[in-house]
Amino acid sequence: MFAYIIRRILYAIPILIGVNLITFMLFFMVNTPDDMARAQLGAKQVTPELIASWKEEKGYDKPLFINTEAEGISKITETLFVQESAKLFSFDFGFSDSNRDIGSDIKERMFPSLAIALPTFMIALITNISLALLLVLFRGSVLDTSMMVIAVMIMSVSGLFYIIAGQVLFSKMWHWVPISGYESGWEGIKFIVLPVIIGVFAGMGSGVRWYRSIFLEQINQDYVRTARAKGLSELKVLFGHVLRNGMLPILTGVVVIIPSLFMGSLIMESFFGIPGLGSYTIDAINSQDFAIVKAMVFLGSVLYIVGLILTDISYTLFDPRVKLS
Amino acid sequence: MKQKFLKIIFLLCLGCQTDASVWNDPHDSYKMKTDTLFSSFSIPPKRLDPVISYNENEWAIIGQIYEPPLQYHYLKRPYTLEALTLDKMPTIRYLDKNGIEVEEYSDEVTYSEYRLDLRDDVRYQNHPSFVKDSEGRLFYGDLSEDELEKIDTLDDFEKVASRNLLASDYAYAIKRMAVRQNHSPILDSMQTYIVGLKVFSETITNIAKEKKQDQQFLDLRPYDISGVKVVDDHTLTIKIEGRYPQFLYWLSMNFFAPIPWEADLFYQQKGLIAKNLTLNWFPVGTGAYYLAENNPNRQMRLLANPNYHEERYPVLDENEIEASSVPKELLKDAGEKLPLIKEVVYALEKESIPLWNKFLQGYYDASGISSEAFDQAVQISSTGNMGLSSEMKKKGIALKGLVQPAIFYLAFNMVDPVVGGYTEEAKKLRQAISIAQNQEEYISIFMNERGIAAQGVIPPGIFGYEEGEEGTNTVVYDWVGDKRVRKPLEEAKKLLAEAGYPNGRSEKTGKILKLHYDTTATGPDDRALMDWIRKQFDKLGIQLVIRATDYNRFQDKVRKGKVQLFSWGWNADYPDPENFLFLLYGGNASVDTNGAGINSSNYKNPEFDRLFDTMKTMKNSPERLKIIEKMMEIAREDAPWVWGIHPKSLALSHEWYTNVMPNAMANNTLKYKRIDATLRAEKQQEWNQPVMMPLIILALFLIILGLLLSRAYRNRQKMVIKGGEK
Repeated sequence: MFAYIIRRILYAIPILIGVNLITFMLFFMVNTPDDMARAQLGAKQVTPELIASWKEEKGYDKPLFINTEAEGISKITETLFVQESAKLFSFDFGFSDSNRDIGSDIKERMFPSLAIALPTFMIALITNISLALLLVLFRGSVLDTSMMVIAVMIMSVSGLFYIIAGQVLFSKMWHWVPISGYESGWEGIKFIVLPVIIGVFAGMGSGVRWYRSIFLEQINQDYVRTARAKGLSELKVLFGHVLRNGMLPILTGVVVIIPSLFMGSLIMESFFGIPGLGSYTIDAINSQDFAIVKAMVFLGSVLYIVGLILTDISYTLFDPRVKLS
Repeated sequence: MKQKFLKIIFLLCLGCQTDASVWNDPHDSYKMKTDTLFSSFSIPPKRLDPVISYNENEWAIIGQIYEPPLQYHYLKRPYTLEALTLDKMPTIRYLDKNGIEVEEYSDEVTYSEYRLDLRDDVRYQNHPSFVKDSEGRLFYGDLSEDELEKIDTLDDFEKVASRNLLASDYAYAIKRMAVRQNHSPILDSMQTYIVGLKVFSETITNIAKEKKQDQQFLDLRPYDISGVKVVDDHTLTIKIEGRYPQFLYWLSMNFFAPIPWEADLFYQQKGLIAKNLTLNWFPVGTGAYYLAENNPNRQMRLLANPNYHEERYPVLDENEIEASSVPKELLKDAGEKLPLIKEVVYALEKESIPLWNKFLQGYYDASGISSEAFDQAVQISSTGNMGLSSEMKKKGIALKGLVQPAIFYLAFNMVDPVVGGYTEEAKKLRQAISIAQNQEEYISIFMNERGIAAQGVIPPGIFGYEEGEEGTNTVVYDWVGDKRVRKPLEEAKKLLAEAGYPNGRSEKTGKILKLHYDTTATGPDDRALMDWIRKQFDKLGIQLVIRATDYNRFQDKVRKGKVQLFSWGWNADYPDPENFLFLLYGGNASVDTNGAGINSSNYKNPEFDRLFDTMKTMKNSPERLKIIEKMMEIAREDAPWVWGIHPKSLALSHEWYTNVMPNAMANNTLKYKRIDATLRAEKQQEWNQPVMMPLIILALFLIILGLLLSRAYRNRQKMVIKGGEK
């Protein structure tokens, strides 16, 4: 398994270079270094001299891919692409265009994102699986049919509606929790209750339907009949056997998400005033801050690759027949 | 029995509703009962360095922390400058080329020398950079790796100190401005005024580059600007090329705020920069507040500066009260020591809906009015007067409005062969379009009446703006009775025909006149606005082609003059007509200055330019007003812009937040405001009692559901045992 992981990590290097190259090309196709300077320096009194000094200071005065004025290997290394990309692989994200250390910012913003994303993920997983198993237990009944209709209805409504409706009901009308805000530690629980409930509820429709279809494939298998024949209760059959055998497809969809939980959610964080990573990239794109954009895209790619490797490893834990080689 | 049970539940709910404490308080409940102002920001500031910061949201913070030599009087109107860290207003001497003093309006005036006499009681906030060892070196000036490991915030430094403000701190700030690597937006314009700044900038920029390469600190103390002289600890002189009376306004801006050398050197340490502890993020000032917490992604917190110098709430005499139309309630604190509020908490609120709801719950003390909340907050009477809705009145909320010293306009590119030029036909085409653009309708439909139609480039509140018939743009309006009436469309059609486009068709080619409008309004929300603009041209038979583009390309096209029609705007830097009229000065034409000029419509009229050159250095006087009137007449006739609108800002504040007087020029107004924390706490309790009934209903529902499911499960289990399960 160790060799497999090493191989996957080595595969990741060209993928990350490719992602970085695409990000670089897309960004500079839309924004020139002059545009970036103007976005940073404001709308007033921006002279060509000021733009030139900003570009020089930030290193954006270099050519993008080939430095014709340099000699030898410097033709490639003394370029914006190489200079901007090289440090990323040592996870040195450098400074944003507003002179903030990006690494420090990511560390600081990661925890508020996790404070919402992790409980939402865990509670949603448990709730959706339990509800799906319940529906499988009562399959074909009025409860099953009506829950499926409700699930489709939940899926059909935009997540933004749940956020606004939740804020109006729970905060504005009933005054149960603050509308938005964030506090670290135990003090912060009152701020995360509502976003977590909304996050869980908004994802319930698709989650329950998906898990239900997985468990329905298992429920008529011979091993279920055997378990019942042994005299096991329906709860034990469902949670002890059906759930365990349905884990493989669940893991495929779930484990890969875990590392990306760090990246947060844009809409949820904006509406609830959570100082997380959700809006970090979008804000950077809007302010044409390439240093943040490239760092976040790189980090997102790394986390996705880590998620895929974790998924593969998790298969071996739940299914002894799977071997990584 | 059942009825009794329901009765008990109901009483329980009622009891809970009246006795429960507040659950939805987003702030520290202790602070809610103290003199703390709760405010918000939607866009985090990018930087808090006074030498670079030029955005409104940045100045809202640093304006409270840094103190330039001058400030705007809080209550007096028109806007009036007064000394802030000076004993008196700067004294100005006019010098000839040999440095000999001459009369102000003498032709021999080559330089103006501004003498700044500093107060001797101004001290900086407490800060670790001021701590020095026995030899006068910075105690924290060379932090080791071990020491840095223990430091994450400024609070981690064990020692702090302060010192008096010195004249050399202002000189140091100007030197910092000269360093190109600091990217000061006003360096290039100040180089044309401050004697020796250009030469100094070139020298110091090279030195800064070398120091950076050698990884050395840049200490600006040994270098001097020839036009900036530190006479003694409390006296500074700044020599200006020629006459430039607007320099006083610049002295009220944060660019000229003092920078202590200790802070500059302290923050150059690499280890601190890596922890985001920089002058850019942790200002060091003498102002009424200091920045106690800076997390631009969540919250920024200002605390009253314990070292703040003596300053009192303004006292006005009867004449001044009448002249400035100051309401009586704004004078209750006259003579009180400032600041009146001890702490200010700014929380990040990116979305307008949560912000608005929190304001209504009493958790923010003031709020703007977003378009979503406009109908809930404001009522417009049949006569067009704006007032608060009954819901707002019931809550004791106050509404304050102010026409901003700003203008938004539709510009014609004067170098364009169709809409530009100075022939009679070209003028008439632009005049016809100006009449057809119904600004009043625009303000009503798209701005909820939050604006007034502009009659020229100068907005209300700035010298040169005139009310009534004198201030009417007679090209577009008629003065009928006692009000302005837009000229009829027939007049516009007549002008269009005289311009060679009868009914919007070219006399020469017979084709419909097609004009191109460049805009960044690309979203679906902008569609109604674009349709409206198209309709204004359609009234004349002109076909308008809308070219939507991203902001970068749009700016580029405007700079290079590759546009025909476009919308643009300007916000005043200072309350002087020169700051608006220079938008039409030929020397500032964008295409002639490689995009650096501010005159984006590229308007050039020699007579206008000549009058501008005369007017710009004059003091406000009837003579200056006459020149401005003449300039406006020329510009209205040439019509390089459709004059557009002056926006009106509206703000709401709760009854416990007092001394609120809108001031579009001043940035340091927090110190004058007051909070009645007791009243606020009472109102918050009253407005935010939790409603328990839904919670009880939900709990009952879950219990019943659980019971039903448990029963259904048992039945299911029995069915399986009986063999009914398939």
